[in-house]
Amino acid sequence: MTWSDVFLNTLKENGVRLVTYVPDNVLTPLLDGVAADNYFMPVCATREDEAVGMAAGAWMGGLRGCVMMQTSGFGTIPNAIASLLVPYQIPAILIVSERGALGEFNSGQVMVARTMRPVLDALAMAHHTLTDEKTMPFIADRAIKQAVATQSPVALILSPLLTGGKVLKNAP
Amino acid sequence: MMNRGDLTKRLVAKLTHDEAVVAGIGNTNFDLYVAGHRPQNFYMLGSMGLACPIALGVALAQPERGVIALEGDGSILMNLGCLGTIAQIKPRNLTIIIMDNGTYQITGNQPTATKETSDIVKIAQGAGIGGSVWARDEKHFDELIARRFEYGGPSLIAAKIDDKPAAGQTVRDPALIRSRFMRGLGTGRGGALDA
Ligand SMILES: Cc1ncc(C[n+]2csc(CCOP(=O)(O)OP(=O)(O)O)c2C)c(N)n1
Repeated sequence: MTWSDVFLNTLKENGVRLVTYVPDNVLTPLLDGVAADNYFMPVCATREDEAVGMAAGAWMGGLRGCVMMQTSGFGTIPNAIASLLVPYQIPAILIVSERGALGEFNSGQVMVARTMRPVLDALAMAHHTLTDEKTMPFIADRAIKQAVATQSPVALILSPLLTGGKVLKNAP
Repeated sequence: MMNRGDLTKRLVAKLTHDEAVVAGIGNTNFDLYVAGHRPQNFYMLGSMGLACPIALGVALAQPERGVIALEGDGSILMNLGCLGTIAQIKPRNLTIIIMDNGTYQITGNQPTATKETSDIVKIAQGAGIGGSVWARDEKHFDELIARRFEYGGPSLIAAKIDDKPAAGQTVRDPALIRSRFMRGLGTGRGGALDA
């Protein structure tokens, strides 16, 4: 099984059905897997904070949801985390494909990536970086279970070590 | 011109099936609170612009329940893309109500784009929400609320309202608001503490 199959299985085992997202290249196998499986309800949002709002509403309505985004998408949601997920105690699962590290070719991505972990830490929000297929299912599974049990959002950061990341073809 | 508090009371009076109401930041949720708390009310104390996405999430989770998003013009202008998302998904059970006073009233009455220029109903129609209409007056608003499921898709009702501020303020306890809302939707944790 590929890393994306294993990851989607973990979501399934934890009853995470709604997948809201703004596309990202590295997320493609996850998004394709979600689209090909009737278990999931994929919804493409126009902004990541919109996707966060949807996942929050779905949770309150009894449907577990996650939000998939790239690092720059994370840059658009600190307000939604700080004024919705955290104070209202909503365990949304945020899945971030990590750009800006390990061979990044776009300096804008590098800058915004530097804001991600400090923001998560400032909000005292749990976050885990998934780096290899062996430990990934355990970490993802336990992180989701803890989020739900403690009614707190969690971020799962998909490292290029796991996904391969995105590299510039024909680099100068 | 119509009045937000009055329209909100009219809306609440018509809700007889435990419909969920998600009300946006500021005056919009304050006037919902003032209209009389219901277990299915959700009051937003931040996250400007997310009333419609939150309501969409509830509508997806509970397709048999009517869900209403109450939002101000300034707030919907912040997140117009969500209208396209909603138009694509076509949740039959979702209704959006825009209280358009042409200002960011709660931050000091600064004019919004809808004051003289932008037309929210046309924007929503252009986004693909066919059932988008301006309420002409209170009676028409009542009719539109009663007929909101007739389009077979999501509907949007916008009303030009006066400049009266909300008549009170919501209790600012987000964890309590969320917990009570979930109880109202039948998704709360339940147990002895609920007694
Ligand atoms: C992201 C963000 N930007 C700005 C604000 C400040 N703010 C709070 S309410 C509001 C105006 C909301 O306008 P509208 O939705 O039209 O409601 P009204 O005040 O007119 O009732 C603004 C600008 C905020 N809370 N969050």
